[in-house]
Amino acid sequence: MGKVINIQPVTRIEGHAKIAIHLDDDGNVSDAFLHIMSLRGFEKFIEGRSAEEVPRIVNRICGICPWMHHLSSNKAVDECFGVTPTPTGHKLRELCQTMAHINDKILHFFFLAAPDFVLGPDSDFAVRNVIGIVKEAPELATQVVKMRQLGQMMLERFAGKAIHPIAGVVGGFAKPMDEEERKGLLEDTRTLLDFALFAMDFAKTNVFSKYEETIASLGTITTGFLGTVDDTGALQLYDGHLRLMKADGSMTEFPVNQYDQYLSEHVESWTYGKLPYAKCWDEGFSMDLDNPKGIYRANTLARINVSDGIGTPHAHGEFEEFREKFGRPAQGTLLYHWARLIELIYSCERTIELLEQDDITDTNIRAKVEPKAGRGIGHVEAPRGTLIHDYTTDENGLIVKANMIVGTTHNIAPMNMSVKQAATTLIKDGIYDEGLLNKVEMAVRAYDP
Amino acid sequence: MGVSVAEEWLHSCSGCEIAILNIGESLIDILGLIDFVHIPVLMDHKYYGQLGDGKDLEIPEAVVGIVSGSVANEEHLEVLEVMRKQCKVLIALGTCATHGGLPALMNSSGLGEGIRDTYSTSTTEDCQVPTDIVPKPLDRVYALDEKVKIDIILPGCPPNPKLIAEVITALVEGRDPVLPGKSVCDTCPTKREGKGDVKEVRRFLQNAKFDSDKPISDMRCLLEQGLMCMGPVTAAGCARRGTPSCISARVPCRGCFGPVLKDGNQMLDMMNALASNGIDFKSVVDRRSLLRFSGAHGLLRPLPARKVTEE
Repeated sequence: MGKVINIQPVTRIEGHAKIAIHLDDDGNVSDAFLHIMSLRGFEKFIEGRSAEEVPRIVNRICGICPWMHHLSSNKAVDECFGVTPTPTGHKLRELCQTMAHINDKILHFFFLAAPDFVLGPDSDFAVRNVIGIVKEAPELATQVVKMRQLGQMMLERFAGKAIHPIAGVVGGFAKPMDEEERKGLLEDTRTLLDFALFAMDFAKTNVFSKYEETIASLGTITTGFLGTVDDTGALQLYDGHLRLMKADGSMTEFPVNQYDQYLSEHVESWTYGKLPYAKCWDEGFSMDLDNPKGIYRANTLARINVSDGIGTPHAHGEFEEFREKFGRPAQGTLLYHWARLIELIYSCERTIELLEQDDITDTNIRAKVEPKAGRGIGHVEAPRGTLIHDYTTDENGLIVKANMIVGTTHNIAPMNMSVKQAATTLIKDGIYDEGLLNKVEMAVRAYDP
Repeated sequence: MGVSVAEEWLHSCSGCEIAILNIGESLIDILGLIDFVHIPVLMDHKYYGQLGDGKDLEIPEAVVGIVSGSVANEEHLEVLEVMRKQCKVLIALGTCATHGGLPALMNSSGLGEGIRDTYSTSTTEDCQVPTDIVPKPLDRVYALDEKVKIDIILPGCPPNPKLIAEVITALVEGRDPVLPGKSVCDTCPTKREGKGDVKEVRRFLQNAKFDSDKPISDMRCLLEQGLMCMGPVTAAGCARRGTPSCISARVPCRGCFGPVLKDGNQMLDMMNALASNGIDFKSVVDRRSLLRFSGAHGLLRPLPARKVTEE
């Protein structure tokens, strides 16, 4: 009779999960799981709500990326009601989305993931956290706290709320931007761009170069990838069409309103998280490490893999260096962190681009809206992956049916595979310690679930 | 040694934890006064020992306990009970913890039925509800004080970082925290001109009327503009730069700090507020959603099955 190691809760992630590593009689890994332990059921309880209220309900799906749900939902409601946002309304939404990406990436890299690298995966759990970094590297910590706060306060100042936003509305946006706000945001974003460039240098010097072997091997699996690009194939976060890549690099493209012809959600009895897979590959679903079927990944590494380039200069430079170094598609799971810092630079550059456009201060921010029956499918690229909201409304504009595929969900099957890969490689003959179990968690943290 | 603090999240979204981080630079000062002994979002303390071989769920003792999220499954309940046992002062943080929050909208259908339906959406295969290893759902979503004694409630979706800092600082200094006891309207600078000719409330399908060059204090009260706004029946506390958060974005309040009085009913209170201003409460679409933040404590329940009338 073997035993089960329970890593519970999985920490420094957003949400409730546990890792169970099953050992056989010889102390080798026979199986390993990532169990998602909680489900709130938003798809169900938005039924009957007025559709225009839903963007300020579903933002509560995630307190770290509420803007993504808010905006994806607004796009779905636009389509249900058959309305196109005004050009400035559209731009203000994208602006808030890219600003929200900035905070999110600083939070994940420095507050959640960095302790493993800056203090080391084997360091004492009591100090292996952001508070430990405050004590170990106070200057860096102060800077990081300041920069994340700056990003959050930019959103709060302009849009009223940073967490659980309300300013995006069906048809566009609820308030215009004045010249003073525009100048303030531009100045702050330039500060954040400097920080983003510093963060990339810091990571290359102090993190990636020191952990090259771990980055190449820990949790590494072979899968396909999903992301959003524009007509030139460049990476997009707010708008565009989906690109699904197989592990061999071949790609299919489709508009998001056809998502249900390409993707499906598998259910397992041992996790509340559904497990999406590419049903269009006609190979079924399997998490077998040597022969996975239907498995693709989303989130930063996926977006970099499916894109042909990035539309802003600094980020594109980093993109080229990354591709040169790791090829296409890059499969190393810890490379999610590297890709995340490239997107941090892009988010800052794109925010500046949007703020520099003359019509960003236009006051025509919301199109005329009439509630009606329809179906709308909205999507954005959330920090954790492609986020799809699909609503059907009745003639009063109330929700009758909803379906969502949330960013992290795409990665639930891959995270299970990475956990199994990491555990199997690291634990031999019953020998393991705390640091080693933390390394298994690092494979999960890379996905920023 | 600082004051020990344990933090947990239950049926939640992590917005409360981000609100803690949004205390900002003074967070670094606060971290000098307290010692986190358990906080899963930031720190690696494990329930079953660091090697995962323990039998009982363990959380270290702490002077202050903070819990966000509501209670919706057996694991939430176990964690909450251990937190109560281990912490001297227990704080319910955020509206999910104090009044059920948005996830308590599920109480309209019952948790079991809601979860079943979630596994039968258009792209979901197999249509089976997971039951192995994962914690069993309770019958409905509960606020924390329905299950254990709570010492301080700090609502908000998200809660105001300034108030979180105030509560922690007050506890460290051994005094009572200063918390607002008013309504959102009491803290709202918009212009009120008294009863107007509004007979019905509108859905928020067109933006409010305002002059974007002028401050919020020059904008007319949104309810007086005929927009459904829950300021009269919602606890204050969200205001940052002198204006309630949503109003500062020129958007009406939806009640995210819960009722003004802890035991208030936001739906009934709002109906009364409308009626006393001569507004037809039947003009409110989807009345139950006025309880969207405060559906615990038995306020939102499944509608009784309609009787089949005999012909």
